[in-house]
Amino acid sequence: MIRLYDDLIIQTVCRIMIPLIQLFALYVIAHGHYSPGGGFQGGCILGASFILMLIAYDINWMKRRFSEDINILMIAFGVLLYAVIGLICVLLGAEYLNYGIIHKIIPLDPVRVRALGTLGIEIGVGITVMAVMVSIFLNLTTFGKHEKGEV
Amino acid sequence: MIDFDLIIDTVVIIIVIIGLFFFFTATIGLLRFPDFYCKLQATGKGDTLGAILILFGIVIYILKEDFSFNTILVSLKIFFIIFFIFLANPTATHALTKAGLDSGVTPFKKEDLKK
Repeated sequence: MIRLYDDLIIQTVCRIMIPLIQLFALYVIAHGHYSPGGGFQGGCILGASFILMLIAYDINWMKRRFSEDINILMIAFGVLLYAVIGLICVLLGAEYLNYGIIHKIIPLDPVRVRALGTLGIEIGVGITVMAVMVSIFLNLTTFGKHEKGEV
Repeated sequence: MIDFDLIIDTVVIIIVIIGLFFFFTATIGLLRFPDFYCKLQATGKGDTLGAILILFGIVIYILKEDFSFNTILVSLKIFFIIFFIFLANPTATHALTKAGLDSGVTPFKKEDLKK
């Protein structure tokens, strides 16, 4: 696949950087409605951290931490979160994704409930984008075999 | 009587101009050096130091304008960017150099100069 040799410098720096990149991705997702960013951008950064892990180390090393089953489960889970939040609004009598109506269930201010609904949608988008990015990269670089091999 | 604003402004301008000088030399090196490794060395060093100096000048300027909780948070974020560049830029240069060596790019030698 990609890696032919171990490199101590790259691996050490990646070990320091990957948690910081993931923290920044969560920051971008959580601040999507106050500042530039959002679900898609944060999901891309989160996916990039896993791709960096894959490049710097090894496909088996990365699979032990983020396996194929969890990856597929996450793709479906993000879309499910998006659809469920949208459908709750429909069930409560408003339009699809009109989050303000959720204040009938959650005893909070409607404005605050609207912000929370946006955050839920963005978390769903972020999870799906992250898992799809990793899945696309794995399939492209290993020619769909998902195992270690030569270039 | 000493005008502290003027002194800090002068320091900021000097730092940013030194940073721009490093960017300038890095660009000249990228254009004029003979082979792959020399160009990488010029950009890897010059860009790192230039970006760090310019961001440091920005931090000083923000804190001089308005010293409050918000600007301290902003300057902390800029310090994180400096940390990131300081780690990532030399490592990326190292990875490129090693990839070039492994795929058989020959380094520039003294004998090539005479041709």
